[in-house]
Amino acid sequence: MAEIYLDNAATTIPLPQVIDKMVNVLQNTYGNPSSLHKKGLEAERIIKESSEFFAKQLGCTKEEIIYTSGGTESNNLAILGVASAYARTGKKIITTTIEHASVKMAFKFLEQQGYEVHYLPVNKEGYIDISELENLIDEQTILVSIMFVNNEIGTINDIYKIGNIIKQKNPKTVFHVDAIQSFGKIPFSVRQLKIDLLSISGHKFYAPKGVGVLYKNKTVKLHSLVHGGGQQNAIRSGTENVAGIAAMHEAAKAVFANLSQDIEHYNELKTYFANKVLTEIEGTRLNGPALESSAPHIVNIAFSGVKAEVLLHALEAYGIYVSSGSACSSHKADKQYILGALGYENEDTDNAIRFSFGKQNTIAELDEAIEVLKKQIVMLRRLK
Amino acid sequence: MKNVFLIKYGELAIKGKNRPIFENRLVKTVKKNLKVLGNFNVHKEQGRLIVEPNDEFVDKDAVIEMLTRIFGIIGVAYGTKEEEVTLEAVERLAYSHMKNLCEDANGQLTFKIETKRADKRFPLKSMEVSSTIGGYLLDEFGDKLKVDVHNPDVTLMVEIRNGTYVYSKTYKGSGGMPYGTNGKATLLLSGGIDSPVAGWLIAKRGVEVDAVYFHSPPYTSERAKDKVIELAKKVAVYTGSMRVHIVPFTDIQMAIHEKCPHQQLTIIMRRLMMDVTEAIADKNNSMALITGESIGQVASQTIHGLVATDDAAKRPVFRPLIGMDKEEIIQIAKKIDTFETSILPYEDCCTIFVPKHPETKPKLDRIIESQSKLDDVIEQLLQEAIDNTEVVEV
Repeated sequence: MAEIYLDNAATTIPLPQVIDKMVNVLQNTYGNPSSLHKKGLEAERIIKESSEFFAKQLGCTKEEIIYTSGGTESNNLAILGVASAYARTGKKIITTTIEHASVKMAFKFLEQQGYEVHYLPVNKEGYIDISELENLIDEQTILVSIMFVNNEIGTINDIYKIGNIIKQKNPKTVFHVDAIQSFGKIPFSVRQLKIDLLSISGHKFYAPKGVGVLYKNKTVKLHSLVHGGGQQNAIRSGTENVAGIAAMHEAAKAVFANLSQDIEHYNELKTYFANKVLTEIEGTRLNGPALESSAPHIVNIAFSGVKAEVLLHALEAYGIYVSSGSACSSHKADKQYILGALGYENEDTDNAIRFSFGKQNTIAELDEAIEVLKKQIVMLRRLK
Repeated sequence: MKNVFLIKYGELAIKGKNRPIFENRLVKTVKKNLKVLGNFNVHKEQGRLIVEPNDEFVDKDAVIEMLTRIFGIIGVAYGTKEEEVTLEAVERLAYSHMKNLCEDANGQLTFKIETKRADKRFPLKSMEVSSTIGGYLLDEFGDKLKVDVHNPDVTLMVEIRNGTYVYSKTYKGSGGMPYGTNGKATLLLSGGIDSPVAGWLIAKRGVEVDAVYFHSPPYTSERAKDKVIELAKKVAVYTGSMRVHIVPFTDIQMAIHEKCPHQQLTIIMRRLMMDVTEAIADKNNSMALITGESIGQVASQTIHGLVATDDAAKRPVFRPLIGMDKEEIIQIAKKIDTFETSILPYEDCCTIFVPKHPETKPKLDRIIESQSKLDDVIEQLLQEAIDNTEVVEV
């Protein structure tokens, strides 16, 4: 049975050249980048080349690239690191109600530690009210953390506008952006958007799991969470994941070599799929923003009268993989908090399926998936 | 001098001619379970199993924990052994054992000695061995030791067999009887808290337990199935092994849902589960069924519900939890380490098959009448379910 993998926002399929690169580095460039000898130097060079590449793509300098174990660590390091380093300036921090758990739970933790936390509500399409943010920012506000693209419904926040408003109100407020779903999907530069900290996760763009990036503007102070040998300017101690970094570099090269074609490809898949499902299957509804303004690779559709989890398993039997609620949180009872925060009723959140597209998907696959969907929806609705 | 584990087994020792069969079962289970902890020799010796580690490093606590879980074992001791069967050997072992205890102790230790002389050719009687060794230890350790036969800190055990053994502490085992010495029964295993406990309690009496799990994709997920296998593995820690039959059940559930009154769904489903389990029991020489039911716990487990379910079974149905409260069941589940797995939330999303207003006092004749609406399809559906059952050995 051929697989049709439509869960690329959960994780992507590593590209062959990424796997080759990783194996090659594990075999040949096994040195510790901190070692003084040649094997160490070779490993260090791999990291430096990667940093140069990411710096160029993000519009920063290579010294501003920090490697982490992935998105969750990048978000935690950014949020907890700033909160701790700026605690004397103020204790007011701001985020939204629809952040990924790795941001949400870091804020909850700080709330328990006595920080003044504000969670900005969003409308049904996932947008915050920017004037509300503007009113909240004051002298004591040390951090604003807002996701670039929402992982459940694909809302793209106006980071440019948000960044400008934050800096107008208080140039010292640190602006963190969770760009885990936007890196390689939306072109941007951190300087232009006035971003101080930005989180990236390798496995969302065809790299292996366990490696990510935190961009940190050189003027921002950050207390580290991991103490040790002082690697990466002592912000993130621990021997660097050289093979993972090399593989992530390779993946990023593949993504940026064809970025505009890729984006066009994702958009084509998304629009084709969503339009077909919404018109050809009764009782379906688009969750989140209109297709023209949402992230190119994510679409969230509710199928009335069908439990999302049941539909997910029904599709799985045909080798079609989708998501009901974010995979990272689907084992939690409050898995649908994002859709809940968006103001959807239980009935809608229970029926919501996220389809997310990647480089490897084709229109032919989508046709096949839609055929299966149609039959399964009929089957499952029999038991309403 | 060698370190050894002595295994004591109680109830089965009295079972006359069957004793070798029971002992062999126990040896087999002990060998199998110990494999993950290293390389051991296991042999029988007059009412004891002796486990001798062959590896240099042995995680003693892990071995004791593993052994005390196995059904049929009432106690496990960790001590030392000499091949030589002489009074001098007993002295050497007793001296070294007592030396370790004195080093760990604060101040004076009180002790007594108990001797078991399985080898009656040994020139001294048990009492004589005890008093001789006691005198010897008092000479050696002086003020550090004092005899107290009523309430001693340490009871030093001496056993004289084909070798000489000394130990002091016995760890309590699970009790019960060795797995497979009391026939076979088939457990309806759901993935909840109750059924693994029910299976454990019956297995404790030496009954070999096969499990049957009803899988309803896409309404129950693969993870729910993995969870059930994980639970079977947890129970198998006590028994050595378990066979799990995974029955595809979606089509039967769909048929019930489409043809039968909704308030009776659960009872009819459970009756059909009994039918399938009976068929699997037929194939596997199993003599009884086991469920985790407890009176009144849920709508289908009222006494009326139980009567209606029981009617579908030909074999006796063992319900070891029948009079227990949920809290008592949870206590056992925690003790046997199934609780944390049971509460994993890959709950069957087959809530769709749970009626909103289930009948709590179903009448058997009306249930049978409702079930008869399935008559034209059910035989084939049951046959398909049984034919497509997957078997996993854990």
